[in-house]
Amino acid sequence: MTDEQKLYSIWVYLQAEPLFWLTLTIGAYLVGDYCYRRSNLFPLLNPVALGIVIVSGVLLIFNIQYERYFDGAKFIHFLLGPATVSLAIPIYRKWDLITANAKPIVTAVILGSIFAVLVTYLLAVFFSLEREIVLSLLPKSVTAPIAMGISELIGGIPSLTAIITIITGIIGAAFGTFTLDLLRVRKMSARGFGIGLASHGIGTARAMSRNETAGVFAAVAMGLSGIVTALIVPLMIFLLDI
Amino acid sequence: MLASIFVIFLFQLVGEMLQKYFELTIPGPVIGLVLLLVALLLHGRYGKSSRGELETGLNRTSDYLLGHLPLLFVPIGVGVVMHISFLEDRLLSVLLVIFIGTVLTVGFTAFVMEKLQTRGGRHDG
Repeated sequence: MTDEQKLYSIWVYLQAEPLFWLTLTIGAYLVGDYCYRRSNLFPLLNPVALGIVIVSGVLLIFNIQYERYFDGAKFIHFLLGPATVSLAIPIYRKWDLITANAKPIVTAVILGSIFAVLVTYLLAVFFSLEREIVLSLLPKSVTAPIAMGISELIGGIPSLTAIITIITGIIGAAFGTFTLDLLRVRKMSARGFGIGLASHGIGTARAMSRNETAGVFAAVAMGLSGIVTALIVPLMIFLLDI
Repeated sequence: MLASIFVIFLFQLVGEMLQKYFELTIPGPVIGLVLLLVALLLHGRYGKSSRGELETGLNRTSDYLLGHLPLLFVPIGVGVVMHISFLEDRLLSVLLVIFIGTVLTVGFTAFVMEKLQTRGGRHDG
């Protein structure tokens, strides 16, 4: 075997192994994290966005099917479930702070969820998108599994909704702090709450990585807005006659 | 540590089973979160020791998992990039709707929340 053939056979072997895709995913994330720290925590250079760009770049350059990559990376993806469950622990640690804020939390979840759906509807109409896409956009602020369920129920396209919710999460995580600074919202609990309500798990992940109080309020907002949105979207479609 | 991983997996498993059985739109892990929270609150109120070995393990495991939470979204995010062509010529308008809508929602919700908190004279942690 020539050296080139050897290298090629190693590459073929690596592509079929989860190890390669797991290493690539963690490595890309670490590079993203490094750039983020070097940029003095500039929101646009956040580790998730950079990690996604790097991995996608590798897949596109080497012409690799997403399914093949995911077959390896699914071990990281799997941890999303246990990580979601384990959000119960910091919420428990901050339980007194949450019960002390019970009234603002309930009011803000209801107002925020209505605002999220309404502003999305108005923007979608403004950009004259077709009905199916408008319906797929409406539940965009809640966590993907709930959003897909709502989308299916109201006649949207669930797989399109899945893509939309992930983009929403990344945008909320990357740009949310700009709006918060602009509006001079200083309380960590309120900042996290806004990010979690508008951009579910990805926003919560970012809030949690910066400040535990922000992360806990983001998680509470994410969970409650998922339930509230599932109830109000069908109602708003009826009221707005969409 | 192992016991805490077992507890977290177990609560997710129960959550997934409840979700499938009752065909709920709420995802299994979120049900698991609520159940674990209820269990912790009950344990905190009625349990014998407040700082058990399991609790220390749960704290450590969740800190580790949640400390790297953003990493867990990379595989699904790559999927979005690879399937973005699905939107064709509507990509730009959809992105704009998402961008403007999300940024406004973050600001509106956080602003309302802070105003409500200050009115109630609540403190922050």
